[in-house]
Amino acid sequence: MKTLNALLACLLLSAPLTLAHAENIAITGGAIHTMSAAGIVENGTVLIEDGKISAVGQNIAIPDGFDVIDASGKWVTPGLMNAATRLGLQEVMMEGSASDHSAQKAPFSAAFDVSYGLNPNSTAIAITRMEGVTRALVLPSTFSFGPGGMNGSLFGGLGALVHLGLGADMLLRPRAVMYVELGALGASKAGGARGAAWVSLLNTLSEVQNYQANQASYAKGWRQDAYTKRLDIEALIPVLDGQIPLLVRAERASDIRQVTKLQDLYPSLRIILFGGKEAWMVTDDLARTGIPVILNPLNNLPEFFESLAATSHNAARLADAGILFAITGGSSGMVEVENARLITQTAGNAVAYGLPWRAALEAITVNPAKIFGIDDQYGALEPGMTADVVVWDGDPLEVMTNADAVIINGEKIPLVSRQTKLRDRYKDLKDASKPFMYR
Amino acid sequence: MPSQTLKTTALLAIVALLAALVAIESGMFKGSDTAKSEDDDKTKDQKELVVIDPNPFPSTYKALPSAPVLITNVTLLDGRGGRIDGGALLMEGGKIKAVGAALTAPEGIATIDGTGKWLTPGIIDVHSHLGVYAQPQVRGAHEDGNEMSSPVTANVWAEHSVWPQDPAFATALAGGVTALQILPGSANLIGGRSVVLKNVPARSMQGMKFPDAPYGLKMACGENPKRVYGSKGRAPGTRMGNVAGYRAAWIKAAGYKQKWDEYNKKFEAGEDAKAPTRDLELDTLMGVLNGEILVHMHCYRADEMVVMLDVAKEFGYKITAFHHAVEAYKIADYLAENDTCAAMWADWWGFKMEAYDGIQENIPFVANAGACTIVHSDSPSGIQRLNQEAAKALADGNKAGVNFTKAQAWTWLSFNPAKAIGVEEQTGSLEPGKNADVVLWNGDPFSTYTRAEQVYVDGALVFDLNDEAVQPISDFELGQPGEGDI
Repeated sequence: MKTLNALLACLLLSAPLTLAHAENIAITGGAIHTMSAAGIVENGTVLIEDGKISAVGQNIAIPDGFDVIDASGKWVTPGLMNAATRLGLQEVMMEGSASDHSAQKAPFSAAFDVSYGLNPNSTAIAITRMEGVTRALVLPSTFSFGPGGMNGSLFGGLGALVHLGLGADMLLRPRAVMYVELGALGASKAGGARGAAWVSLLNTLSEVQNYQANQASYAKGWRQDAYTKRLDIEALIPVLDGQIPLLVRAERASDIRQVTKLQDLYPSLRIILFGGKEAWMVTDDLARTGIPVILNPLNNLPEFFESLAATSHNAARLADAGILFAITGGSSGMVEVENARLITQTAGNAVAYGLPWRAALEAITVNPAKIFGIDDQYGALEPGMTADVVVWDGDPLEVMTNADAVIINGEKIPLVSRQTKLRDRYKDLKDASKPFMYR
Repeated sequence: MPSQTLKTTALLAIVALLAALVAIESGMFKGSDTAKSEDDDKTKDQKELVVIDPNPFPSTYKALPSAPVLITNVTLLDGRGGRIDGGALLMEGGKIKAVGAALTAPEGIATIDGTGKWLTPGIIDVHSHLGVYAQPQVRGAHEDGNEMSSPVTANVWAEHSVWPQDPAFATALAGGVTALQILPGSANLIGGRSVVLKNVPARSMQGMKFPDAPYGLKMACGENPKRVYGSKGRAPGTRMGNVAGYRAAWIKAAGYKQKWDEYNKKFEAGEDAKAPTRDLELDTLMGVLNGEILVHMHCYRADEMVVMLDVAKEFGYKITAFHHAVEAYKIADYLAENDTCAAMWADWWGFKMEAYDGIQENIPFVANAGACTIVHSDSPSGIQRLNQEAAKALADGNKAGVNFTKAQAWTWLSFNPAKAIGVEEQTGSLEPGKNADVVLWNGDPFSTYTRAEQVYVDGALVFDLNDEAVQPISDFELGQPGEGDI
């Protein structure tokens, strides 16, 4: 029997990027932060051809017909990646009709797949990419600000990897992660306590195993004692197989320790810890299991009883312990849309609290690429990589730095957004020549 | 503590008293009996004047002990738009004694070499809910900021909800915040009184209360009140319902004020007048109409702000500041004309419909129109980095061709907010005679990497990045895994 997931896979096979407007571009004269073994190439050149980086280094001859971007005195980095967003799924947070990140009334949960709802025309995308963020993980959520509130499942569903470049298809990889919430959130969904959340999760995983072992009998009729819905079980098969990473939201040290035990129990799971406000307290367990972390360094308040040990030093302490982590955020929230562009500021603040500068830039480039397994195509400026390149007028982690040029998939991004249009319309209030709506 | 204002107030009181005595002596009051023998006849004819106590929860704040300090070789931003490279500042007795390029320390005074460091006035946040929405977020227990039982709750005072043990006061202090206005939330059309606090550890709200700061009144436009009450099936459920609600409240307040004015007039005339029955809600609204309480109004949309300015004119009060003012850039000229401040985020937008048109140049565009410009937080996280918010706004303005200096941008963080909460005589700038509310930054505070190294309130060191003994830890955090970890 062909599973629904297999059908969906056909529908969602992300078409290879068609680069109608890919240009041949040479970025010259800048300090190139390659994020590779090449380190920083001063006064270097990046050549971009057919959407890919073709050369990086000093004394590179610029072939004829290349569009030259003079980056003298500027900084050149890979495009940045925000590893936790709702970009493309949400136009106005508190407006349900403009949101596609939660499906709390759906009769399934793990099977919810955000990739069908992606809208590359969402205004936040242009606002985000023109400041140097070129890739993102797009996550489902288990709550909505509209009627409906939280869904009743630990599982939020399937997230997607996207690029923020031009074109009608922003999808890079559907079903890039399975999102599950543990900790206090999971506890409240499972009936009111962590003990229930973990029993529920472990039961679901064992049902997935049973299903795999006894597909024929399941096909005859759904087992009466099955707790998990068939759609959700099928969505979880590739998770249990390690094809789709399991993104686990947990904050408290003891919860994170349980997550590492889950990894021990199911070695095939590719667990990524999301949140991890107290992760610095359990670095031994994280190191032992190799679980990477996605965190927001601005989360330093004892915001909930499960994050009393939250600290601005979290990222620096994880780095000291050799834990692989990506930095997300924008404001203090975990999953950003409007200000997903501000990962430069959040990463910079981790530096203010002891994280080495280079590690901070890695946490918004190569590290998320490694965590999601796309480091062969994105995250560093090396020949063969997809050409996501940003030219900055200074240190990208400084709040006063601007992105002067942004290239995604080899295409130069116009530095225009709904915000810049509003800005230009109202820039001169003294000009009484015509009403603002004609400007 | 005895600031210029206090001195002035005291002086005015003495003058008033003398004038009254002169008036009594000269028989100026009608009813010569009163003038001749007020002890006997006045008590017989006239009961004692009923006065509404303007300060029933007085500040008990006392500056922490301080020694004179000279800080030298700093880049000094004075909070009024001035900058001194290689500057110095002398604090003594809790006050700023001198500010200049080269100051020599009087004998025996501690000197801090601030080479490579920056010195600014303490940051003042005009929009905070610290203490009323305390950490940790505990449903119910720590939700003390919105009295969502009626759309007009001018009778409530935020100070009665402030929990001084909120751990977020300390993290805000580590971000260089020396004073802040705590507001009720924005669920209500009229949410209640605000309170101005000094960001110092204390056992009670009164121990933090900024002496002689006027009260504010929180009002709110737009989506929040109409959503909160509309969803309960009661007014207001629309923006027009909102406006009807404000106007009804002000009509009542005007009537109440009239009664009190008549009473005071009759009393002055020596008549045996009966004081009106007090009403806590109308006391506060009357305070606004009398110009004693400053209006702070949560408002996002440009068109709504213009309506609110008209409501204020209709009833004869002033809106001191619009808060959030995400569309202030569209009407910055109106704000300047009306002498109304805009307190803004650098770049929050899009989280609700009325925030959809937010732009990153809002702050510099408002400043460019000559309107009073303030950077605010409305967030226990954001309050820790208001300097970075000003930096982003400054950079975005400069990029759009609206050029301000770092020194000018600091007025958005200290002097303008001080003015909006009525404490600009005491604090908000580095000027001799003012309270020594000062932050020494370990670098340029417009950099992401810079942190507040030392924070002084009234000349006393209240936070030191390099000395854990001078980092306050709230009772709540004691014995917890995060104790003392910023």
